[in-house]
Amino acid sequence: MSKKERNISFVQGNEACVRGALYAGVKFFAGYPITPSTEIAEQLARELPRIGGSFIQMEDEIASMCAVCGASLAGSKAMTATSGPGFSLKQEAIGYAVMAEIPCVVVNVQRAGPSTGLPTKAAQGDVNQARWGTHGDHSIIAMTASGIQDVFNVTIEAFNFAETYRTPVILLFDEVVGHMREKLVIPPQGELPVVERLKTSVKVGVNYHPYLPREDGRLPMSDYGGEHRFHVTGLYHNIWGFPTENPDESHRLLRHLVDKLENRAHLLARWKEHHLEDAESVLISYGSSARSALHHVEGCRAKGHRHGLLELQTLWPFPKQLVREKTARARHVFVVEMNMGQITSQVKAVVDDPDNVFLINRLDGSLVTPSDIESIIRVVEGRGV
Amino acid sequence: MERYRFLLSGSGGQGVITMAILLAETASIQEGLMSVQSQSYGPEARGGATRSDVIVADTPILFPKVTQPNILVALTNEAAAKYLPLIRPGGLLLYDSELVQPGERIDAQRIGLPMYRATREKLGRTVAFNICVLGALVSLTEIVRLPSVRKTLEKNFVPAHHEANKTALGLGVELAKPHSWDRY
Repeated sequence: MSKKERNISFVQGNEACVRGALYAGVKFFAGYPITPSTEIAEQLARELPRIGGSFIQMEDEIASMCAVCGASLAGSKAMTATSGPGFSLKQEAIGYAVMAEIPCVVVNVQRAGPSTGLPTKAAQGDVNQARWGTHGDHSIIAMTASGIQDVFNVTIEAFNFAETYRTPVILLFDEVVGHMREKLVIPPQGELPVVERLKTSVKVGVNYHPYLPREDGRLPMSDYGGEHRFHVTGLYHNIWGFPTENPDESHRLLRHLVDKLENRAHLLARWKEHHLEDAESVLISYGSSARSALHHVEGCRAKGHRHGLLELQTLWPFPKQLVREKTARARHVFVVEMNMGQITSQVKAVVDDPDNVFLINRLDGSLVTPSDIESIIRVVEGRGV
Repeated sequence: MERYRFLLSGSGGQGVITMAILLAETASIQEGLMSVQSQSYGPEARGGATRSDVIVADTPILFPKVTQPNILVALTNEAAAKYLPLIRPGGLLLYDSELVQPGERIDAQRIGLPMYRATREKLGRTVAFNICVLGALVSLTEIVRLPSVRKTLEKNFVPAHHEANKTALGLGVELAKPHSWDRY
């Protein structure tokens, strides 16, 4: 392929995720295959050795996540992929990555849970787990997408955010998007921005403080095991990375972990909007459900009903300001998701009139359909079934 | 153009999903149309009911699943029984006349062809059965051109399979030739 040429293919969401990760410069994958995410591991097992990267199939998901932390500290862009049961197991090490500020990407192609659930069926039930799956106060980034091209783009963005903010980024796809096939156009390398690892300029033999922020708040890294000796721990730590129980240092660390993302929620927000300008009913959705929601909205517009869609791509930190703005003039707000209202409760918390926010969901492993959406909206709007 | 909503069904191992991918990829990559392919399957590697949905259109496809197919392909009795009630009146049912005995009570055009037997007799094995079905399907619906399908096949299979695939595709086309889909 020449440099200018666009690579056009017909692929699954899972493959688009792999293509995005490779575009972003992933060099390490450790994981344990699980439906419906398996194709990500399968394809990276083939692709990573070709570019001098490493693929390890580990004994379980706990070890996988730990290996990802290690690889990233040692200087590689690293990722893992799993589904609900594996995501549960990874939580402890995700917390470690939050605390030690290790850039990494964790893909969860959601299936219906809890437990082993419905392995081959769709759900979006892990939204809150992505936010609060690991213990203790913290912040995290979680993103999603509804189409194959968006999966590619959002995956690159996830790596960029991970590097910029030194944080794990969760990619919450779902079975429908992971397994669906559509056209993917891969632009030439260099066309989409890729954030490289920020390395310290501290010379060999000079003290390097791994947790001493620069003027702009960013923390330059040094490849672990390389030029500098430093300590990494899940305990509260000082600028040297050594454990501390000092109240000031402890407070400052936790505030830093939370504020570095929560204060930038507006910068981290990614979304798409359709027909919101004059919408009387605003639908909010994400992932595969957003396709059904948009199908409904386009159908409504053809009939003269003023419905619009806000499709969220960043779920955490929750884009409060965006949702407030986009729903400000709406008579009704409908949240379409395949769970018991995990984003609905977030929306209710930020709008002026939470009683005007309605959940449209489906919990049987099938993708919520445009007619599911239509029938609930008709009732709420007083148009009857 | 009118939307083509395919529901392709059979049992795991028959190549239903492969056939769906080939059809959708041909439409999207070779013909410049829009297409989405998705599937629904159980935990089994072989056996069990397999279903794959393909939508082909010239406008963006949002909801990716097929609720009411206008073209149903059934390669087992189980699949036929399960999905026949979904077919749109005036739609097309393509089935294998050796493997499937579809019920009478449907308002759809039924075309049964001995695709399984033809593949076995001509190629000595049935691994390219799905390609034969694809040939018949393309011939009846004319949704994509045959040279485009051949390109997709060559792109997706190793050269050792090209000859068998070409033969199987041609078999399907020949079997379907005496028939046509009488649309409204």
